[in-house]
Amino acid sequence: MTDAELRPANAMPPSDKALIVVRDLVKEFPIRGGGLIKRTVGHVHAVSGVSFEIRAGETLGLVGESGSGKTTTARAVLQLQRPTSGSVVFEGRELTTLDDRQLRDVRRDMQIVFQDPYASLNPKMPINDIIAEGLKVHGLWDKSGPDKVAGLLREVGLRPEHSNRYPHEFSGGQRQRIGVARALALEPKFMVLDEPVSALDVSVQAGVLNTLSELQERLNIAYLFVAHDLSVVRHISDRVAVMYLGKLMEVATSADLYTRPMHPYTQALLSAVPIPDPTLERQRERIVLHGDVPSPINPPSGCRFRTRCPKAEEVCATTEPPLAELEPDHFVACHFPEVVEVGLAEDVPVSVSR
Amino acid sequence: MSEINTSIAQEPDPVVEPDPRLVVPEREFTVKARSQGELIRRRFFQHKLAVISMIILGLVILLAFVGAALWKYSYSTPMPLTNRGRPTLDLIPWLDGDGLGLGNHPFGQDQIGRDYFALTMRGAQRSLIIAFVAGLLATVIGTIVGALAGFYRGWVDNVLMRFVDVALTIPLLLVAAVLGRRTQSLPILKDVFGANSIYLLALTIGLASWLSISRVVRGEFLSLREKEYVEAARALGTPNSRIIRRHLLPNAAGSIIVNATLLVSAAILIETALSYLGLGVRGSDWSLGKQVSEYQQAFKTRPWLFWYPGIFIIIIALTINFIGDGLRDAFDPKQTRVRQ
Amino acid sequence: MNDEQTSTHIPEAPATMSPAAAPEELVLKVRNLSVDFPTSDGVVHAVRGVSYDLAPGEVLGIVGESGSGKSVASMALIGLLPGTARISGSAKFRGEELIGAKDKRIRSIRGQRIAMIFQDPMTAMNPVHQVGKQLAEAVRAHHDVSWGAAHKRAVEMLDLVGIPQAKSRAKSYPHEFSGGMRQRAMIAMAIINNPDVIIADEPTTALDVTVQAQILETLLQVKDEVDAAIIMITHDLGVIAGMVDRVNVMYAGRTVESGDAFQVFDRPRMPYTAGLLGSVPSASKDTTLLTPIPGSPPSLVHMPEGCPFSPRCPLVQQVCIDTEPGLASTDEVEHFSACHRWEELVDDPEPRLLFRRKQVAT
Repeated sequence: MTDAELRPANAMPPSDKALIVVRDLVKEFPIRGGGLIKRTVGHVHAVSGVSFEIRAGETLGLVGESGSGKTTTARAVLQLQRPTSGSVVFEGRELTTLDDRQLRDVRRDMQIVFQDPYASLNPKMPINDIIAEGLKVHGLWDKSGPDKVAGLLREVGLRPEHSNRYPHEFSGGQRQRIGVARALALEPKFMVLDEPVSALDVSVQAGVLNTLSELQERLNIAYLFVAHDLSVVRHISDRVAVMYLGKLMEVATSADLYTRPMHPYTQALLSAVPIPDPTLERQRERIVLHGDVPSPINPPSGCRFRTRCPKAEEVCATTEPPLAELEPDHFVACHFPEVVEVGLAEDVPVSVSR
Repeated sequence: MSEINTSIAQEPDPVVEPDPRLVVPEREFTVKARSQGELIRRRFFQHKLAVISMIILGLVILLAFVGAALWKYSYSTPMPLTNRGRPTLDLIPWLDGDGLGLGNHPFGQDQIGRDYFALTMRGAQRSLIIAFVAGLLATVIGTIVGALAGFYRGWVDNVLMRFVDVALTIPLLLVAAVLGRRTQSLPILKDVFGANSIYLLALTIGLASWLSISRVVRGEFLSLREKEYVEAARALGTPNSRIIRRHLLPNAAGSIIVNATLLVSAAILIETALSYLGLGVRGSDWSLGKQVSEYQQAFKTRPWLFWYPGIFIIIIALTINFIGDGLRDAFDPKQTRVRQ
Repeated sequence: MNDEQTSTHIPEAPATMSPAAAPEELVLKVRNLSVDFPTSDGVVHAVRGVSYDLAPGEVLGIVGESGSGKSVASMALIGLLPGTARISGSAKFRGEELIGAKDKRIRSIRGQRIAMIFQDPMTAMNPVHQVGKQLAEAVRAHHDVSWGAAHKRAVEMLDLVGIPQAKSRAKSYPHEFSGGMRQRAMIAMAIINNPDVIIADEPTTALDVTVQAQILETLLQVKDEVDAAIIMITHDLGVIAGMVDRVNVMYAGRTVESGDAFQVFDRPRMPYTAGLLGSVPSASKDTTLLTPIPGSPPSLVHMPEGCPFSPRCPLVQQVCIDTEPGLASTDEVEHFSACHRWEELVDDPEPRLLFRRKQVAT
């Protein structure tokens, strides 16, 4: 990989088909110290320069462990948390400079489904009100409103007869579907899915994921699917971005990332994910990372992953590796990237060989 | 649901409908559907003390407003003393041998012969009005202040809460005394509040009590505004006013109601204390506290003049308190769900 | 091969349940364990006749979704259920009956002979005491040794579970540890008294996947050091696949399949297991279609007469609705299943596709 071939991702011209273009997104949270007058004594560097695009109708999976900044990124894209700096362009409009009133109009086109099905629905509102709220807020509620709500319930696989019931009367999976119906009411072009299935039982997850896939197909909605569960992400994403401590480590198509990962962190992640197959699971070689994730208040210099990376050298501490396109549509931020073949399952024994 | 096509497998993936012969209604709906309101009501009625208190308080209110109106004597007419003013209420039929009886003056008469039952009921009426008006006033003001402080935070919170902190240091007695004197001196106020000084007192107590409830509401709003469903509402583009109205207030209602009942209960006791000190109900108006204060000298000679209003003060305060306990449990039940 | 059981009695495990070891050598022998919770909606039958054996040093996995009763069953063993719980059945620890034993006895067994690791280490540790001190206390609760000796052992254990600079870290407080380290400290606390059984209830669910891998590895290492058996309770099939010798699949308060890991994963004999396996996404498989199990688990208050899985089962027949099947032997050795129709799954080359196939057929 010569320097001439490296093209940093943020120098890439945005493609015409991109629905959302995020450039150099930064979000820092000030930490106020004690004392009579609260001074800012430090910052939590939650997101430190993240760039990506999502095209209409496609799903970008955003994976990372705790402290990676993926949830904050998702919130910042939607302007639910205002970014410290950087740009978010949605359908050609710069969102970071809009005020609340202008944002409200844009919100019709971008929605979010939350992780916790128990906390994301107002326990005192019946679900037809919950789903209708978006319509009412934007002045779209009229005589046909109740029919729209019934239609939405059917779309997500629930029965409209139960629309006057309260959230606590539904199961976790059903509540999550209600959350999806609420997001769909405004017919958005883009949805952030913030760990939408992690709180659900395994056999229920599959149903909700299928519903999400199917809705995307039919309604051509773009998804930003945030998750820590690599297995789930694989099933729903076209492209996947891996985050660590506020930075992107690798971005590639789903197929490439899971079969030919290049970044040591991605490789370690993949080798750590348990596979529900005893034969395969016990034959694997694990890449075990040592140590704990450093604090985002004081991230390591240079490459943030270097403190746990088996390949770390001096250059990793002095120079931060840029996110470069090492193969077509496969971006890696590493000084020593190396393709590792991960075999497909079925009858072939899987091992992460070196 | 429609079919999906993937690029990998050209296989339709319809949603499975379980065999209709064997469909069991979904678990959630085999147990009778209960709204949150019904659940709360149910939990309340399981609290025996609260239910009994509710009944007793209901009886007292009925007695005070309806019973007194139907009673043969008015509270202000002096009459010749019978039985030396002693109560004629006879709850012990066997000892006297003449059966259960109310007699002419079940609570007796005061020194000038006024029927004490009517007097006490009049006092109870007025005290109840004071307590509820004060409670309502305090709740409304406290909720508004607390909601604003808790929701907007920042400088709004700072200003409002510093004000509350300062206001809390001013003793209630001082406020009551000053307000009372003011009305004596200003003729207009004297007209308005003279015969109805209970409303002035209710105002005073209300203005003093809203401080505590504002802190409670502020706390509730501070935590509720972080809830995910509020964030969801924001994501939909919901304006702040609607968020407060439809998302925060209904969920804080439980806490507010519980605190309001406690306020009402406290108001009765505050009123008693103030009236006892002469700073409460004045002029020609009446209340249980004033009653106790008026007849405190009679304790040795005519104890019933002291006891009857006292008992009713205690009953009212206690019952409202227990109802408050029941409401608190109803809105915020302890963990009884099975961990699975 | 099927033992016919009636639905009016809670099915007993057949006599062939015990593994090769002689009964006296078993660490745990659980028979017909049942737990009921009276609630305002009726009695919740959280656990309905669970039986299993645990041999010394064995790793037993108990897998199930929410409502299966997996946690409740294990907490019943060591007396951690609330007072309202009604427990019946038998659980013998090295021949000694635990159900109904005196509190004092249970307390002395708990923490010493049978240790438990919970999902959230933060709530299990006292935030105001140093970690080393808490470990030392755990030692002194069961052995009459000096503080010095207990502390020394604490440091030894912290080192064993892979906490760097154990001696100085022993002086830290729980909130100063990261999630992974706290869980390691929990493991240290669990093994410090050389228990015979470690019950791990979703020990890694709250942890990142890279940390999870470390913790599970640590757990297997210490198990050998201390010679303990492990009961691993989880909903994560991947974790089970990597760690356990035998696995019990629980549904609606009962064990519905039991066998060694390879048997159950490769050749399930119960449709629920097959459905579960078919609905799990996998990072190693390039399939984009997941097959959910339709419907929901039954109410534990109003249990239907027959098999509780029947409303959702693609292989259901009238006998399933009428009679609840007992846990019985199948065609494989030491592989049991509670299903009338288990034979349909034999010779199925791809049991995980069971639910999808049945969809297309109907």
